[in-house]
Amino acid sequence: MDQFLQLTLSGLTNGAVLALAALGFVLIYKASDVINFAQGEFLLVGAYVMFAVVGELGWHWSIGIVVTVIVAVALGMVLERFVLRPMIGEPIISLIMVTIGLSSLLKAVVSAIWGTDERAFPSFIPSDPINVFGATVTTDKLWAIAIAGAFLVAFNLFFRRSSDGIAMRAVADDQQAALSMGISVKRIFAMAWSISAATAAVGGIIVANILGVSGNISGVGLQVFPVVILGGLDSIPGAVLGGVIIGLLQAYTGGYVGHGLNSIIPFIVLVLILMVKPYGLFGQEIIERV
Amino acid sequence: MESGIFFSDYAKDMTLRRTPAQKIRLALAIVFAVAVPWFASNYQLTLLNQIGIAAIGAIGLNILVGFTGQISLGQGAFMAVGAYTSGLLAKNMGIPFWVAVPIASFVTAGVGAFFGIPSLRLKGLYLAIATLAAQQIIQWVITHWDFVTGGVDALVIPAPTLFGMRVNGEFRFYWIILFCLVLTIIFTVNIFRSKVGRAFIAIRDQDIAAEVMGVNLFQYKLLAFATSSFFVGMAGALTAHYRTIISWERFTIETSILYLAMIIIGGLGSVSGSVYGAAFMVLLPALLNNFGRAMHGTIPAFDQIIPFLQQGMFGIVIILFLILEPEGLVKIWRNIKDYFRLWPFSY
Repeated sequence: MDQFLQLTLSGLTNGAVLALAALGFVLIYKASDVINFAQGEFLLVGAYVMFAVVGELGWHWSIGIVVTVIVAVALGMVLERFVLRPMIGEPIISLIMVTIGLSSLLKAVVSAIWGTDERAFPSFIPSDPINVFGATVTTDKLWAIAIAGAFLVAFNLFFRRSSDGIAMRAVADDQQAALSMGISVKRIFAMAWSISAATAAVGGIIVANILGVSGNISGVGLQVFPVVILGGLDSIPGAVLGGVIIGLLQAYTGGYVGHGLNSIIPFIVLVLILMVKPYGLFGQEIIERV
Repeated sequence: MESGIFFSDYAKDMTLRRTPAQKIRLALAIVFAVAVPWFASNYQLTLLNQIGIAAIGAIGLNILVGFTGQISLGQGAFMAVGAYTSGLLAKNMGIPFWVAVPIASFVTAGVGAFFGIPSLRLKGLYLAIATLAAQQIIQWVITHWDFVTGGVDALVIPAPTLFGMRVNGEFRFYWIILFCLVLTIIFTVNIFRSKVGRAFIAIRDQDIAAEVMGVNLFQYKLLAFATSSFFVGMAGALTAHYRTIISWERFTIETSILYLAMIIIGGLGSVSGSVYGAAFMVLLPALLNNFGRAMHGTIPAFDQIIPFLQQGMFGIVIILFLILEPEGLVKIWRNIKDYFRLWPFSY
């Protein structure tokens, strides 16, 4: 039972990080129909900027978070303006490839500046072991779950209450109708990319806090795909649920089955689900006409 | 002064090489391919061999992505299936490589068709993710099926022999790769003049419309996956015998991405584009490497950032091509030809 609780908690932590990465992914897809293969690199950039500000410059962690978010927002805007905007209306394979190109470029820039060695992250979240229902966990994992939860609530409020959030949903629904209502689609796209990059950067900080800073952080980017497909590409609650399911699934297979099966179990589940529901669990079915 | 190319009968319209200029260029290409190994240095031959193998794989991928419109991120894994099948056949059963390579190609075709089954219901992005799953699953099988594949350890394959002669060294292997590449090109160019190839293109353009016109989607999509994987597996098998030592690290998701980049940069839905793209993506890191070594004297520690430079350039090249010339090198080459054909009155 102890082991079960232990695995559940670590699964929830992973799930929280995955959900954060997936949120940014879904946001971009909802607003601009672009599948972002560089989401993992956004996490990487966030982790390294935080590392540079807090670990190398020695500033306070609160300044670090502010700087990281500002850098991420700027990065998102620049990429949207100069890389993604010229690609509007291109076929899906081109959109996939352009974000793959971006991921390669971002990874190269990060490793050219900071090298590829794994570094210790200046932990600012306390990681004391505490006892939860008989299982021992470190507090940083609980913080990760809490931060991810706070983001989810904030996102939900943003999309339901703020006019920008509602405008973003309108753009996702029908770009032309949104344009005719006076919504600037370009602004919405820029906003989607910058919010997405900022969310991912925070996710990167959380991962780095638990695992240390290294190029491996971008590997989260690949795990995001089973999550978003499971939840449906355009569903925010789906992304959260998918993140938790995949996180738990990985933790249980890692703990009870082993053999490194936890790295591919999300993909096996993914294929099985897609065979039955080709647009994911909560994804919108597209009706095609000739 | 010509104003265009006009055909007076269907036979001429169907020929592969239509104009005298095309025939001359083909002849020049053949002369180049036959003559160049006698003059090239060992290093240049290495590059040529790598380009040859990459071109076979890129043509295979282009059959699926460029001609049939099914996105695949599983290229690396399918190459691994070909490489490991052929390598294990040669190593454990002593099968000569000229038998092992075709067997491996057919095995890969079967595996490809199996992982192509989801393509019947999935489209676009969802299919891309399903093939990503194929990549991860096959990779896991190779690294964990220890008693067959050797797991994460490298697989050492005996050097191939042909007619009692050891095929080692760049020069001898060049002819084998050239032979396979020519076969691949001839087959692929011709398949798109046949019923099957036209069905592939119809599926790419609009699969529901194709089905309405009587194209059996299930059959042809699986056939596209099988045909594509056949050549991808051949490229993998050739890699195994050419390197004589392989490990799973050669066939990761990065390989899949590299090959997608080749066909994007070369030109989707074009056989010659696949070859240009393969050459471009093999030569680019090699040139950067040489540049780095040349700069070593002037800027110290420059060679340390070469790997990052290669990775960064890879990304930049993909982005620039997609933004500036989405149809790839083939389109650039066509623009150059068009410019000079009507020069100086290009309007």
